[in-house]
Amino acid sequence: MKPAIRGSTLPSCGSSLSRPWLALPVAALVLVVSVGVAVTIGPADLALSEVGRSVATHLGFGGALGLEPLSALRDGMVWQLRMPRILTAAAVGAGLAVCGAVMQSLTRNPLADPYLLGLSSGASLGAVLVLLAGVPLLLPVAAFVGAVGALALALSLAGALGTITPTRTVLAGLAISQLCAAAVSFVIFWSAKGDAFREVLSWLMGSVASATWTSVAIAGGAVLVLGTLLALTGSVLDAFTFGDTAAAALGVPVNRARWILLIGVALLTGALVSQSGSIGFVGLILPHAVRLFTGARHRLLLPLSALAGASFLVWADTLARTVFEPRELPVGIVTAAIGAPVFAFLLWRGNHR
Amino acid sequence: MSAGYSSVRTPPTAQIASTHHGLAAERVSWDIDGRLILDDVSVLAPPGAVTGLLGPNGSGKSTLLRVLAGVQQAGQAASPSGPAAQPAPGPATTFDGADLRALPRRERARVLALVEQDAGTDLPLSVLDAVLLGRIPHRSLLAGDSDADRAAARTALVAAGAQELADREVGTLSGGERQRVHMARALAQQPRLILLDEPTNHLDIAAQLHAMRVLRDLAADGVTVVAALHDLNLAASTCDHLVLLDGGQVVAAGPVGEVLVPAVLEPVYGVRVDVLTHPRTGRPVLSFERS
Repeated sequence: MKPAIRGSTLPSCGSSLSRPWLALPVAALVLVVSVGVAVTIGPADLALSEVGRSVATHLGFGGALGLEPLSALRDGMVWQLRMPRILTAAAVGAGLAVCGAVMQSLTRNPLADPYLLGLSSGASLGAVLVLLAGVPLLLPVAAFVGAVGALALALSLAGALGTITPTRTVLAGLAISQLCAAAVSFVIFWSAKGDAFREVLSWLMGSVASATWTSVAIAGGAVLVLGTLLALTGSVLDAFTFGDTAAAALGVPVNRARWILLIGVALLTGALVSQSGSIGFVGLILPHAVRLFTGARHRLLLPLSALAGASFLVWADTLARTVFEPRELPVGIVTAAIGAPVFAFLLWRGNHR
Repeated sequence: MSAGYSSVRTPPTAQIASTHHGLAAERVSWDIDGRLILDDVSVLAPPGAVTGLLGPNGSGKSTLLRVLAGVQQAGQAASPSGPAAQPAPGPATTFDGADLRALPRRERARVLALVEQDAGTDLPLSVLDAVLLGRIPHRSLLAGDSDADRAAARTALVAAGAQELADREVGTLSGGERQRVHMARALAQQPRLILLDEPTNHLDIAAQLHAMRVLRDLAADGVTVVAALHDLNLAASTCDHLVLLDGGQVVAAGPVGEVLVPAVLEPVYGVRVDVLTHPRTGRPVLSFERS
C-alpha cells in the first residue's frame, strides 16, 4: 500500500504536522498492532505472543526462531478463523478509504464515496446475481460490472437533472443505491432458504464474518495493485483541486484522467464489495479525518487514508463481533453509528460556509 | 471579417505571419449548441505589454480566454459574416510562432497560464500548497515537490504580493487575497503568456490596483499579458493595447487611445461616453451617462 516515497525530510509546507511523512510509518505501526491485538480479542482469550507464534509458524519462521507451534485448536482460531477475517477487514477499510478520497477529489464533492454514490450497492447486486446463478468464481467481476453500472447510472441521472452539482450527484446516487439495495433484497428473498434476512443484511450492511484466505487474497490483492496505482495519481488529483478548467490549464487531460480513475475506483470497489458486502461511511469519513492532518494534497493523503481506513475497519469489525457477544452485528451498523454523525457534520459545515 | 461599427479594423488574417512575437490568434470561432459565441475572432497580443479584453456581459471574453488557453477546443463554425464559400484556413493560435494547439498539454501549461474567475475549493489547502499546484506541469507526475518547485512557489508568492499569506488556509482568505493566490499559482507555472479572466472582479479599489500593478510588473519582465476587464477606466489606466468584443466579434483593436473613444464605445455599451485626459498620467479617463 506504500508507493515509493522520496524526500522524507520535507519541511512542513504549511500542513498541520511538522513532519508529515512521519505519519506513514506511525500509521503502519498502528495498523500492525491493531491487527495483532484484534486477533487476541474474542470468545476465547488468546495472548499476543500466541498470535505471534502462530503467524511465525505459518510464515515458516517458527523453526528458525525456535518457537513452539500452538495446539491445533488454538492455531486454527488464530490462523483459520480470526486472521483472515481481520486481514479482510483491513484490506476493505484501506481500499474504501482510498476510493472515497479519489472520488471526493475527482467530483470535487466532499460527500462522494462508493457507498453514497451507489457503487457499493451496485456491486452487491452484481455479486448476489452471480451467486444465485451459481458461478462464484465470477464474483469480483460481477461486482465490478455492478459498480460501474451503478456509477454510470448515478452520474447520468445527475447529469439529466442539470449541471452536475454535489447535491444532485448525492441525490442521484441515493436513488440508484436504494434501487440496487431493493433489488438485492428481492433477489435474495426470491431464492429464499431459511434465514435469508441474514444474507440480505450482510450484503447491504456489510460483513466480513465469513471471510477466508481467499477473501484476503481478493480484497488484499485488489488493494495492493489498484490501491497502489490510485495512490500514485496524487499529482493528477491535486490538479483537480480548483476544478476541471484549472486542471486542464495545468496540462491534465481532464476527461481521460477522470474516466480512468473512476473505473479504477469501480474495479477496486467491486473487488472489495464482493468479499465484504457494502460497508458505508468508511470511504466518506476517513479521507476527511486524514485531511485534517495532511491538508488537501494527495501524495500523503492517499497512503495515509489507506492505513487509517484499514485500522478503522479492523476495530469497527472487532466491535461488531464482540459488543453483543455472542450475537454479531453487521459491521456496517458500527461504521454507520460512527459515520452518520460525521456525515451530518459535513452537511452542516457545507451549509455554513 | 467583422462587419459593423469598427473604427479600427482587425488585422487581415492572412497577414498574421507565424513569426509574430507574442500571442496571435486567427479566426477563432466557437459555438455552443449552434449558438455562435465567438465569430471569427482574431487577436494580437504583443510580448511585454498588457492587452485588455473588453466588452459587455456575454460578449465572449471568458470564452475567448478559455479557447486561447486550450481548455475549450475552438470549433470552426461557418461564420455568417465570413466568406462562406471560400475554404478558410484553419483557425490557428500561435505564441512566438509556435502553434499553441499543437503543443502537448503539459508543454502548453509551461508556456501559458490561465487565471480563472472565482475558482474555489472546499478542501483544506494551505496557500503555499495551492501555489505549488502551479508546478505540476514542470515535474514528473510521480514526483513530489522539489526544492526548485518550492523556490519557484516562493518567488511567485512574492511577485504576486502574497508572501505573508503562505501559511494561511485558502478558504479563510478575502477575495483580494484569494485573487493574489491565484495569480501566484499561475506565476509558479513560470508562463510566458498569462491569460486572466476579470482579475479585478469583486475586489476593492486597493486590491484592484494591486492586481493591475502585478500585471504591469509581469509585462515589464517580458511576459505577454491578456486580461479580460470590465472596468474601462482600469483598462484605460493600465493597458497598452485593447481588444473590444461585442456579440462574439472583434469590434475594435489597437492602442488604448484609439479604442477608448466615444464613436467606438457608445454603440457597444449603449451609453454616452465622454473621454477626458488624466491631468497627471495623460491617460484617458472615461465618464458615462445614460444615452
